[in-house]
Amino acid sequence: MRTPISYFLVVSAMLFAIGTIGVLTRRNALIIFMSVELQLNAVNLSLVAFSRMHNDLDGQVLAFFSMVVAAAEVVVGLAIIVNVFRRRRTASVDDATVLRG
Amino acid sequence: MPLDNVVFWVFAPISIASAIAMLFQRNAVHAALFLIVNFFTIAVFYLVLGASFLFAVQIIVYAGAIMVLFLFVIMLLGVDRHESLVERIRGQRAVGITLGVGIVLELVFAIRAGVGFATRAPANFDEAVNRGGNAAALSRVLFREYFFPFEVTSILLIIAAVAVMVLAARPRAAPPAGDDVGARPGAESPSTRTTPTERPVEPVA
Repeated sequence: MRTPISYFLVVSAMLFAIGTIGVLTRRNALIIFMSVELQLNAVNLSLVAFSRMHNDLDGQVLAFFSMVVAAAEVVVGLAIIVNVFRRRRTASVDDATVLRG
Repeated sequence: MPLDNVVFWVFAPISIASAIAMLFQRNAVHAALFLIVNFFTIAVFYLVLGASFLFAVQIIVYAGAIMVLFLFVIMLLGVDRHESLVERIRGQRAVGITLGVGIVLELVFAIRAGVGFATRAPANFDEAVNRGGNAAALSRVLFREYFFPFEVTSILLIIAAVAVMVLAARPRAAPPAGDDVGARPGAESPSTRTTPTERPVEPVA
């Protein structure tokens, strides 16, 4: 493989930053959740790239576990969003202000 | 130009562009579709990096199950809702974008300092690490060194499935007084309604 590993890491960093911007600027809870998924995938990509660089499979195993945890997290998070929507008829995070002091 | 270089330079712009396009979509369905494109390009990167098992898992679990779940919830909540552009916190959007750009710069500096831009991967990955195929090598590591964490994830998935059933149960299906529970025929409705939301749990386990 002739592509330097750092290229994949830079792509991963950019995807992570795009996900961060999405979490910080968007209001729709579903799109915020998708941005979190993008961040998780960016980190997975960097894990696999490091696994390739160090000639070791531990990074791939860790990416695999992170996928499992992400699947569980998506299921629970979407159920929470549906529950909030059922009660308040909105998916905007600005309107969920019950816990505000 | 080697083949993996060509693949990288074809798919990296698609990956970044689809992520940015996801960011700017007003419609949640369009954002989900762009995210699926992005997940496919990440799967291609996995293939280039010699992780062919994760390539398959990425497409099946992420682009398949998880994004179907997202689209299902978007359809459930209604697609025509658009968010307000009024900023509750003044300057939040500008600060967010500035912080995002700052993260990119910081990470690029960290990559340059820690890895180096010209560092190439060792050439003997397929012979030394992926012996007998990536899936076989990965399962050897997973079931020998990481067996206990692997079993713990199965407990985690069961907890998630049970939690979704509890969360998705309608409030009126579980009244505080237990006198009308047996009389109501809707007692099995939570389990039937949560069946699509459980779907991404199964292929991973």
